[in-house]
Formats: sequence, C-alpha cells, structure tokens
Amino acid sequence: MNFDPRYSNRNFASVGTRPIRPDGVDKVTGRARYGADFNMAGQLVGRVLRSPHAHAKIRKIDTSKAEALAGVKAVITAADLPDLTDGDAAMYDILDNCMARTKALYDGHAVAAVAAIDAHTARQALKLIVVDYEVLPHVTDVDEAMQHHAPLINDTIFTEGLEEKPAKPSNVTKRSQFGHGDVHQGFGHADFIVERSFKTEQTHQGYIEPHACVANVSSDGTADLWVCTQGHFVYRQHCAQLLGMEASKLRVTSSEIGGGFGGKTHVWAEPVALALSRKAGRPVKLVMTRDEVFRASGPTSATSIDVKIGARKDGTITAAEATLRYTSGPYAGTWAEIGAMTAFACYRLDNVKTVGFEVLVNRPKTAAYRAPSAPMAAFAVESTVDELAKELGMDPVEFRIKNAAQEGTRSSYGPVYGPIGIGPTLEAVKNHAHMKAPLKANQGRGMACGFWFNFGGQTCTDLNIGMDGSVSLAVGTVDVGGSRASLSLVAAEELGIAYEQVKAIVADTSSLGYNDMTDGSRGTFSSSMATISAARNAIKILRERAAQMWDISVDDVAWEQGHAVAKGEKHGNLGKLSLKEIAAQSGKTGGPIAGHSELVADGAGVSFATHICDVEVDPETGSTRVIRYTVVQDAGKAVHPTYVEGQYQGGAAQGIGWALNEEYIYGKDGRLQNAGFLDYRIPVCSDLPMIDTQILEIPNPNHPYGVRGVGETSIVPPLAAIANAVSNAAGVRMTHIPMSPPRILAAIEAEREG
Amino acid sequence: MRYIRPLSIEDAVGQLAGSAGPAAILAGGSDLLVRMKGGFVEPELIIDIKSIAGLRDIRETADGFSIGAAVPCAVLGENAALKKAWPGVVEAAKLIGSKQVQGRCTIVGNLCNASPAADSVPALVAAGARAVVVGPSGKRTIAVETVPTAPGRTSLAKGEIIEAILLDKRAPRSADAYLRFIPRTEMDIAVVSAGVNLTVDAAGIVTAARVAIGAAAPTVLLVEEGAQALIGRKLDEAALERLAKVCAGACRPIDDKRGTIEFRRKVAGVLARRAAQTAYARAGGK
Repeated sequence: MNFDPRYSNRNFASVGTRPIRPDGVDKVTGRARYGADFNMAGQLVGRVLRSPHAHAKIRKIDTSKAEALAGVKAVITAADLPDLTDGDAAMYDILDNCMARTKALYDGHAVAAVAAIDAHTARQALKLIVVDYEVLPHVTDVDEAMQHHAPLINDTIFTEGLEEKPAKPSNVTKRSQFGHGDVHQGFGHADFIVERSFKTEQTHQGYIEPHACVANVSSDGTADLWVCTQGHFVYRQHCAQLLGMEASKLRVTSSEIGGGFGGKTHVWAEPVALALSRKAGRPVKLVMTRDEVFRASGPTSATSIDVKIGARKDGTITAAEATLRYTSGPYAGTWAEIGAMTAFACYRLDNVKTVGFEVLVNRPKTAAYRAPSAPMAAFAVESTVDELAKELGMDPVEFRIKNAAQEGTRSSYGPVYGPIGIGPTLEAVKNHAHMKAPLKANQGRGMACGFWFNFGGQTCTDLNIGMDGSVSLAVGTVDVGGSRASLSLVAAEELGIAYEQVKAIVADTSSLGYNDMTDGSRGTFSSSMATISAARNAIKILRERAAQMWDISVDDVAWEQGHAVAKGEKHGNLGKLSLKEIAAQSGKTGGPIAGHSELVADGAGVSFATHICDVEVDPETGSTRVIRYTVVQDAGKAVHPTYVEGQYQGGAAQGIGWALNEEYIYGKDGRLQNAGFLDYRIPVCSDLPMIDTQILEIPNPNHPYGVRGVGETSIVPPLAAIANAVSNAAGVRMTHIPMSPPRILAAIEAEREG
Repeated sequence: MRYIRPLSIEDAVGQLAGSAGPAAILAGGSDLLVRMKGGFVEPELIIDIKSIAGLRDIRETADGFSIGAAVPCAVLGENAALKKAWPGVVEAAKLIGSKQVQGRCTIVGNLCNASPAADSVPALVAAGARAVVVGPSGKRTIAVETVPTAPGRTSLAKGEIIEAILLDKRAPRSADAYLRFIPRTEMDIAVVSAGVNLTVDAAGIVTAARVAIGAAAPTVLLVEEGAQALIGRKLDEAALERLAKVCAGACRPIDDKRGTIEFRRKVAGVLARRAAQTAYARAGGK
C-alpha cells in the first residue's frame, strides 16, 4: 500500500454533481429491505420480557410455565448468556445491558426472552414468566444522583480521575478535565463576567425504523445475522465475543437503515436473538416495538452544566470555565468527557478549564446521538456567550468573530488546529440576508456556533471491474445518508468514467476486511479515501493490461479521463484504450481487474458550523414556532451537495425537536411516561420551515479531495441558536432544554412578576 | 376473537347484549386497533357497525343534522351545510390525529373513547349536541356531556350503542369555534382545549352561549359561568376577561407528561377567550 492521502487542488468532473441515489427507487417504491423485511423458512418470533422497575434485585426467574406452553421453542435468561467477557468491563456492561444478570437497572431492562411459533404465543409466554424482584430505591435525575444520600446504582464504582481514590463508592464513575492557562488569573483580567447554570433533558435519536434482526445459528456453530445497524463489523465482533464464537463463523449482513444517528452503534437485541436461535435450533426474528425502542435502546445524556466566561471591555475573552455533568445510564461512560472537550472548541482562549462528571442513573444506557455530548455543551456555552455579548453591548456575531479559533490556535481540548471553518462560517452568517431580515412582534433571532471532531478509522473497500466495463464497488461502511451515491461519484471521478457505470453496495462481514462503523461522520470521508485508493490500484492494473495489449512498457501508459493513453514519441500512432475495451480483453490479459484498499483514514479534519434561527413565541401560551432557519457549515468538499444539504437540514430538524419539545419524562416511580411518538414529540413536517443551507468548502489537507465529515456538526448549534432566539423573543433567558410551552410560559410569568 | 358485521342496529345491539366476554364496537378503529395492538384490550367479539344502513350518512332534517356513528371525521369537513352551521364542531373533528386517521375516525368513537382530551367532545358539548342511544330496551336521546363519566368510562349500559349525534338547526347569527393547545402543529393530543358556541342579536349582544373546556378535568367541563360571562353583553374586554377567569377557575387539571396544572389553567382561559372571539366574528358580531 502506497497511498498518499494529501489534498491536491483539481477540477472535478463527477464530484460535486447531484445525480439520483442508487438506493432511491427501491426506497420510494417500498422494495428496499429494512431490518424487519428479511424472513427465513421456519423462523420463530422472539420477544423480550422487560423490568417494570427502575432498580430491582432479581431474586429468581421461573420460566417453567412459559417453557411448557405449546408453541414456545426457547426461553432464555442471563444464564443462557454466560459471562465470557474475560475482565473486559465495557463488554461486561454490554452483556448485562442485553440481559440483566443480578439487578434490573432501569425501566425496560431485559430480564428474559422467548422464541415461539408466532407473536401471540410469544406474548402469552412472556406473561407466564415469573420474576421475583426486590425493588430498590432508584434515581433518575443527574443532580440528585450526585448527592451523597442518592441510591447507589453500583457499589463497586469509585470515581476515577480524582487525585485520591475516594473512600466511598458513588454514582460518579469518572472526573475528567481539559484546558490550559490559568482561569483564575484570566477572570481577574475580565471587566465583565457572566455565570449561568443550565439543564438539558434526555432525548432519543428518534429513528423511524425500530431495531430489528433475524438470527440463524446452525448446529455446526456457524451463524448468520441479518440486522439493521450502523456497523455490522462491530456487531459481529460484539456478538461473537458475547456468544463465544469465532468472528469468521458469524456472517453479518446489514439491511437498509431507517435512521440511526448513533443509536444503532450498540447491540441490544442481536445477542439475544442469536442466543434464542442457538437454543431453539431455528431462525429467530426479533423486532423491537416503539415502546421498547424508547425504554430500552440508547438515548443521549441528560445534563446539568455550569458555565462562567469573562471578557475585557474590548470584547476579548480572558477566561472560560465549565463544569459538565452527564448521565450515562446505569453503566460507565465518557459522555461528559466529550462534552468537556467540545465545550469551548470554537474559541481562541488563553485561559480555559472544563471539568466533566460521568453520572450513573436508573435510565437506559446512554448511546451516541449525532455529535454525542456536543449539543448540550454548546447550548450552555453559546447561551452564556450571548449573555456576555449583551453585557458588553457587542453584536453577538462580532463578539464571536473577535474570539473565534483560527489555524494555529491551540484548541481548548489540546490539539493545535490546522485550517478550520469557524471564522468563515461566522463571516458568512454576518453577511447573510437572514441576519438583516426584519422581525415582527413576539419574534426573536438567535445564532450560535458548533464544533465536532469527526472521525476516520479503519476502512476496507473492493472495486471490481466487470468484463462489460461496469464497476462494482463494495464498501463496508453502512450507508446512512447517501454514501453509496457519493462513493460512486468518487469512483467515477478517479477512474474517469460516468457515475452510471458504477454500482456501490454495502458488503457483508464475510466479504470484506474489517470496517469501523458509520459513526463520527466518517462514512463518506473514510470510504471515499479507500475508494480513491482502490480505484488507483485498479488503474495501475488497467495500465498494465493496456501495456500488454499494446506490447509496450507500462511506464509509457498513462490514465487520462477513463482511458489508457500511450505516451512517448514511438507510440504516437496508438489510439487510446477505454476502460471498457481493456475490461473486454481482461480474460486474455491476466484475468479479472480489481482494486483493493485497506487503510486507517487519519486526519478527519474538524468541522464547524454557525446557525441562525428566527422564532415566534406566543406570550400567552408559551408556544414557539420556528419561522426561519439557516445553516452555514464547512464541508471541506461537498461530494454530493444534495446529501450534504440533507445532513445540514436533518441535524437542524433534530436540534429543533430537542430544543423545543423532546424529552424523556420519568414518573416518581422511575418509569418512563412517554415511550411513544405521541408524547415524545419529534417535529412533524408542518412544525418546520424550509431549512436554508450554505455549504462552505475549506479543504481538509488530509484527504485527496479535501473532504470533511458533515453528518454530525449540524446538530451542535441548534439548541443554543434556538435558545438565544427564544430568549430574545420572550425577553427572558431560557436555561432548561427542552423549552416546552409550560417552561416558557412559567419563565415569562416569573419575569413579569419580577 | 370473533369479528362480525351486522346489517342492522337491532342485530348489533342483540349481539353486543348477548356477548359473554369482552366485546367492542368497531367503526373507524383508530382507538380500538391501537389499544388492541398495544395489548391493552383483548376483545372476544368485535362488532363492525360500518355496514349498518344509515350509519355512514349525514342527514339534514327540519330539526338540524343527524350524523351517523360510522361517518368518518374527514366526511364532516366535506359537508358544506354542516360546515356552515357548525364550523366549530367540524374544525374539532378535523383536528383528530392525522389526515389518514381522519379518514377513519368518527365523532361517536371519539365520544365513547371517553378521553378528557378528545378533540371533538368539547365542541359537541358546547354545541349542545345529543346522542341517540339504541339498546336492548329501545332508543333514547341524551346530552353528549352525559356520555363520558370518567377517563375511559361511559354511561352506556350493556348492549347500548350510539347510533347518531344530533345537532340542532341554527338560529340566525349563531356560530361556534374550537381551539386546542398542542406543542406541535398537528398529530397531537390536546393539552387543554376550549369550545364556544354562541348566538348574537342584530346589535351584537350575545343572547345565548355555551362554553366547554377539555383536558382540564376527568371529563369535559361545561362551564356555565363562562356562558353567563358572555350572555347579555357584547364581546367586550371585560366579558372576555371574565370568561378567561371563570374558565381557568373551573379547571380541575392534573400535572402530567403533557402539561402542568398552572399551564392548563392559564391556557384554558386564553383558549376560551380566543375561541369566543372567533365564534363571535363568525356569528357576525361586531
């Protein structure tokens, strides 16, 4: 492998165009196969029994009556998933989360499962399983869980990251800290200091397709898993480890995916379905209901955040500090740590300090949600930045421009930035017509910035050229946002052929080398790099074959616009050979032509966005309508601009829902009150304006085309942008997300009453 | 589970009265099927009333309108005469669920589901609508507000089916309006709601009124004091203030996932006031 990933400026033929996606027709006609659309002969229906308690010791589970029911083929408990994790604490948590071992740790925690001949029998069987619980005190609120008297969720947890190991266990699994300089000194130089506290409630990714899989374990120990996932290779590893299988004997095929947003990066149902299939000796299909998705998959953290920022009269920030407390569910996580890293990443700061606390609560295990942890931190920081700008009497955009990070800035989380887009997005916002549009009564405007790291990771791709000259591209990153179209464009660009000549698929785990999952906005970034590499390897072979056909040295053959071209004076009379012509002769010149690539895509290139939002607040009801919304974000290079815009709009739409209405509501009994789309209110179409987008292209130096990931950053600014807009419209600072009508009305009334 | 589709109301009543286990009436099914799918009810007998003659019709009579129990809410919106006479009832029915749901759901189903947050019920109560009940011992006509008795419970006896909803013929210069509060724009359930129905004289004085509040008590509230706040005067600021105050005061709401007690009280008053203004304008009051 001799692949140079460095950026070089070029004129693109395919990249940057907007062809229709290869999976589009099947999706709009209903032919596309999602997780629950796969069926096998003899397949059983799997269903999971879940704890109704937020926290309870499991004394005994009696499955005998369920096993005796006609039509029941297998009943499993934690005993059927023995602990094979060999001291790997993170894997043990995954195992325990898939099937509670000694304690149920949240409302919805799986405690047993059945496989039966039909759904009715499976449901009846669940009713026959008797679980003897000893109900324990529970805690669901992040701040309450940190209190000394809070119910202890895991008595083996002693806070990591403190100077001394604490004497007593607690619900705080870890403390982390980032920053540089001396904030104490920095605040001493400030003319104005603003200090505020914020809360955000737990939200779910809200993907429309519930988790679904079909598992088929053969008596010879090999198995197939068909599943809706963002990362089938990771699912294979986790399932194989939990079930004691060799990875190569478990073939995982990813289905089309009806949304993931980070929520389909973890296994829940899959090891259970495999264990059921292994015990029953038949294929088992397991599909979560919406209620189960809310109660027992992986929502994001609830948070409690304090922010303090100081600035001089001229608008220079002298110090910035934040304490961030994030729930991770009942298992250890690193969510506050990520929040602490991202909080001040947009700014050039001499003195900055962030501290994160990971907090256990009796809620589902936290999973990634699109730029995980960053939106809440941005909400707290960008709200405080807005307040500080007000104190200073400065325009909020100008204040941010004055303090924005630049190339060469040492980021608040450590690394020194290369070329970055925060300044350009702010300048674009400053000059955008949206910022100058008039506002009516009860309307307010807000803006905010956001940052996300982006990720590259392990990637493996195959590019095969058929004898008819068409190209099949097999990638291992699940297509969540149009990447098959984008990667086909990249292959076409590199080979110099038409987009229509390329067909991309997502290959199963037995057909390609390992790929990290589609997370961290890495799908198009990393697989395009691997595709370019694979195409260049194929071109090398194409040149060799042309040289053979011409009987000249390969050194005299160049690849130009989809053709082999003979170079040098002595070959002047040779006509060029198309890819198609070379492919047609491949059987006689050495066999199939293919390009392979395996690499670690480093240098993902950080991403920045700035959003503008106008809202109208009804002062009598607290009802909020978003009336205009603009996203400005750096894409590095937009491979397929329509899907880049789609990512910008999708992140904004999810952020709007999060900001205004979405929240997990727990009762005093620790049970989730709103496990459905009726009372967990994601926005419907009529709730949203058309979301305007502006793509900036500041090339990533570590990608041949300059590509940066674009999927996640768009959800980082909305909470803050909308909070700033609502605060401006309502005349009162909103510090609790979601800003639901009761919260807004209460804040307006409180302000009115002074 | 047994599914039957009787062709007469008498047959349906007989089957319902004679059922040994749990039985359910199926019209649009937008509540029943959801409850069955969720495992909340497991009826042994389902009686589909959509094929009973007349139950899918809206009839305009000398006395007003008769809306059959199987008429989908979307159809109410396509009846110009009904829409003109009772715009508040129609707008309430057209707020239920989504467009697709409105093609199935019925106002009788909405009434019999007995949710305090049902959208069409406050409008029907404000309209003074009556329900025609057919049972083993014959037919009776009752005020709609007497049908739901508690969340999920009705006053209907075993074997009784509501055949139709009756709405009176309108006096001149009469109109109604319905408003609900939801955090979204559609596909939601009322956090609190208000229906106002009124008649004005040529001078714009309110001569008759009925005010109903939804989702603020175990059943829809008919707020008599709200009507009194309006009758005998023009819809001036003082009348509206009084209306908002008495409606807020009449509420007996709870704190739950959809809203707080304070929020529901305040917004009940705001909605009653706004609905009264709309109804007044529709009635030609100035």
